[in-house]
Amino acid sequence: MRKLTIPEEEYMLPGHTACLGCGAAIAMRYVLKALGKNTIISIPACCWAVIPGVYPRRTLKIPLLYTAFEVTGAAISGIREALNAMGKEDVNVVGFAGDGGTADIGIQALSGAVERGHNVFYIMYDNEAYMNTGIQRSGSTPMGAWTTTTPGGKKRMYKWEPKKDVAEIMVAHHIPYVATATIGYPEDLIAKIKRAKEINGPKFIQILSPCPTGWRHSPDKTVEISRLAVQTNIFPLYEVVNGTYRITVKPKNLKPIKEYLRLQGRFRHLTDEEIEMIQKHVDERWKELLKKERCSNEK
Amino acid sequence: MIILPEEPTPIAKVPSTENKTGGWRTFRPIIHYEKCIRCYICWKFCPEPAIEFDSPDAFPAPKPALAKFDTVKINYDYCKGCGICANECPVKAIEMVLEEMGGD
Repeated sequence: MRKLTIPEEEYMLPGHTACLGCGAAIAMRYVLKALGKNTIISIPACCWAVIPGVYPRRTLKIPLLYTAFEVTGAAISGIREALNAMGKEDVNVVGFAGDGGTADIGIQALSGAVERGHNVFYIMYDNEAYMNTGIQRSGSTPMGAWTTTTPGGKKRMYKWEPKKDVAEIMVAHHIPYVATATIGYPEDLIAKIKRAKEINGPKFIQILSPCPTGWRHSPDKTVEISRLAVQTNIFPLYEVVNGTYRITVKPKNLKPIKEYLRLQGRFRHLTDEEIEMIQKHVDERWKELLKKERCSNEK
Repeated sequence: MIILPEEPTPIAKVPSTENKTGGWRTFRPIIHYEKCIRCYICWKFCPEPAIEFDSPDAFPAPKPALAKFDTVKINYDYCKGCGICANECPVKAIEMVLEEMGGD
């Protein structure tokens, strides 16, 4: 007998080549647990393109189709329409892309796919840089972070631009379901995907997946850091169903952003004033989100 | 002449379980069963997944009330030793021990 809070069935085999403590591997495990075996997944160039191992290895028990970097949105639209033409409307079609393939390179295909309204899932696992190719800055890299293309130096050329808010870009497309999730809250993540499964139309879920290699933290802290991201409000968990916001996890004891930043080597260079600046930015965004929740619920 | 492959698209057929990633490990997680409360949090957060279920009587339970629940065991063929299980364990029943040379 066992009491489990998430589905037991595994759709991922061990022996894959993800780094130690990979957040993206945990994200895929949860997504497939929630979706079940009737799923087709499409993956562009990203960490998950190398995690299954070199050809002819496979690590997922469901069909996986690789595509070019910028076309995940177009690929899943095509798979969906082909399946519909074959009368297989009960199959879940999923695009599973990293933040580079979503926020920067793949955004036109994604925007097109959700605008056309195909019944697909688009899952962005957000490790906040191009980790697979060696930690280059992406649009989704947070403020103040070190990457190999924002290396700092005397002029302190770190990434000072705020993180691109892809979930809000998707809300602006007026699609039926947008959500953010993280691997530190698996029950919340799985509940969101199950809720999205009931909805017909494009669904977008952004999953924050810490990356020990690129974030420069100890691999055992992956889950702890993802939980801290929610408890410090830097990555709030919410869902937007037909334009109505709902914050799913409201931190009871709000922690200062310093606790989250100090665990990661990529933020090690930050001075107290810079941390203060990031804290201000986080607080403003949280207030904005609370306002959106309040306004969208007034009917 | 064009020689077509036997299959129109290359299809990966070899399961990744052939790839024994246990050799990547620097630290080995050891479960101290006398502390384990069988909450399955380690199983929940394992990225491999390398934590498997075992029968309830495979290891002695710390309390009689827990004896009916399944135990967990680590599959050392695949565990890369990231230590998430040890970090997340609410009763600190998992210890990370440095791998010895020449072990299994």
